[in-house]
Amino acid sequence: MLYEVTIDGKNYRLDLQRVEVGWRCRLDGHEIQVDAVLTRRDVLSILVGGKAYEIKRERTATDTHLWVGSTRYLTDLRDPRSLRGRKGAGADEMGPRKLLAPMPGKVVRVLVSEEQKVEAGQSILVVEAMKMQNEIKSPKKGIVQKIVAAQGANVNAGDVLAIVE
Amino acid sequence: MFKKILIANRGEIAVRVIRACRELGITSVAVYSDVDRASLHVRKADEAYHIGPPAAAESYLNFAKILGVAKQSGADAIHPGYGFLSENAKFAQACADAGVKFIGPTAASMEMMGSKTRARQAMEKAGVPFVPGTSKGLESVGQAEQVAAKIGYPVMLKAAAGGGGKGMRLVHTPGELKAALEAAQSEAERAFGDREVYIEKAIRNPRHIEMQVLADEYGNTVYLGERECSIQRRHQKVLEESPSSIVDPDMRQRMGEVAVRVARAAGYTNAGTVEFLVDQEKNFYFLEMNTRLQVEHPVTELITGLDLVHLQIRIAAGDKLPFRQEGVRIRGHAIECRIYAEDPDNNYFPSPGKITLLLSPSGPGIRRDSGMYEGWTVPVDYDPLLAKLIGYGTDRAQAISRLTRALHEYFVGGIKTNISLFRRILTDADFQAGKVDTGYLDRLLKSKLPEVRGEDAEIAAIAAGIFAMLDPASTAASNGDAVAKPGNGTVRTGWKSAARAEALS
Repeated sequence: MLYEVTIDGKNYRLDLQRVEVGWRCRLDGHEIQVDAVLTRRDVLSILVGGKAYEIKRERTATDTHLWVGSTRYLTDLRDPRSLRGRKGAGADEMGPRKLLAPMPGKVVRVLVSEEQKVEAGQSILVVEAMKMQNEIKSPKKGIVQKIVAAQGANVNAGDVLAIVE
Repeated sequence: MFKKILIANRGEIAVRVIRACRELGITSVAVYSDVDRASLHVRKADEAYHIGPPAAAESYLNFAKILGVAKQSGADAIHPGYGFLSENAKFAQACADAGVKFIGPTAASMEMMGSKTRARQAMEKAGVPFVPGTSKGLESVGQAEQVAAKIGYPVMLKAAAGGGGKGMRLVHTPGELKAALEAAQSEAERAFGDREVYIEKAIRNPRHIEMQVLADEYGNTVYLGERECSIQRRHQKVLEESPSSIVDPDMRQRMGEVAVRVARAAGYTNAGTVEFLVDQEKNFYFLEMNTRLQVEHPVTELITGLDLVHLQIRIAAGDKLPFRQEGVRIRGHAIECRIYAEDPDNNYFPSPGKITLLLSPSGPGIRRDSGMYEGWTVPVDYDPLLAKLIGYGTDRAQAISRLTRALHEYFVGGIKTNISLFRRILTDADFQAGKVDTGYLDRLLKSKLPEVRGEDAEIAAIAAGIFAMLDPASTAASNGDAVAKPGNGTVRTGWKSAARAEALS
């Protein structure tokens, strides 16, 4: 299987194949011998060159992280052969990205307008919950395609707040 | 001995008290609000009764409902845990009036110690050293200015009815005093319904060291060692340990004897804690008394080998203390971390939600008092304390290494927790040297985060692919509570409605 993987913003090309003993893996062209066992849902034990790694997968409303030991990596995986790519949380970096509410709250401020150019990490709007304010940031550089949640709107976790393309 | 105890609380402390009941052969009765139906304390109890909607005032703080369940279940005693009704003198009295034993001190002791100014006045009478300042509420700005000039700046304005840092103001110069007093008074009014504010000399970089006391109903009072609780964020304790690095046996005895004097002056029975501020010359000053079992009691249990909840129950049932002061031995070192559902990367914003994966540590020297489980949804309505992780060892270094190892094993997926904060503290040189004070954590958090170089990014990339092939899932749908909308892939994770649905099922 061929994948495009982004780990903390860095892209990799991954070619994975199940073989009799373990996996054949090619990462950005170079071969790595991998022994991997799924010990339970979301927990992988990987052995590479005698080194052992415990990998935990964590998915929230907005993204996916993999933890290697105690270090966390923001992860995005795409199957380049799929026509539509994966939508929803962690969608195709090249296409429109949806900003989702990470928790229930109220939109208290909208900081940008539609068609405005934004940078990666720029604050798009502010959601208030439990008397604290949470800035929702753009995951990419682009243009605000649509602001879905209006100022004053109550939102649930996972609700689409805005779309940046 | 009691036949049945109602635990008027929730979360990890309710589980802890339920366990003590089971160990003593006492039937446990749990109470739960709408959002707590699926919680761990309900699962572990012998009996459980619904007491209302999530809001504490309509459930865990509601006298009538709690006492109603006591009557209905035939409970002969109530353990209040900490927080909620544990220091509510009116509730303690209501229990007495209803013929149900309140496991804790009397209403009169609580009342005396509940007001910080009244406590100071009583301590003055008992000859207990306390921080220079007023024992009565400030009556005017003029009086405040006079006292402040006498004791010397900087001074601390504090709410008499207060706690948790509310109604407190640190004042450095006479010019700031008037505005600070007005602000403290209105904050106190808003938070506690009582605008009484008093003044104390502000001690530079104090340590917060508290002494555990225990008294039976026959006048036998002992101290059980101190706890170092200086590591606080916004006046909330985050990590506690016992013993304190700066307290030697002589100081322990002197502080302990003062703590016992405080407890006696309050006519205190059952478990309580006397808090002290300790300055850089190791002078200690009475701060206040907490008339309840505290969150951090496990560290005291580990170094003394005593079970404080068993002792609370026995004392309330009329038993005499089974040991004397000479029989109390301190051995080893224990450190506790409070694991909260908070996001350390986002100003410790509460992070409720569903716990999708839980890998819990265990092994030598590790104690874990937890209210969470995999698949549980952390409610937004209450204090987000998930668990306490305690490391115990023969000495402080071993306690630190065991706790660090256990934190490495601890994984809570699906929500954010403050676990990474403890790794930072335990590896910090000042912490390891025992150089802490109440300003320590704020200073550490202001300092630059050590660069975490992701050396295993390639492993993560490979793992991402293997997960996709071995354990595929469509975004968050495998959480079990998501409703995927076909076509646009938006996932609505409505965890709050899922929790309600669970509660009603």
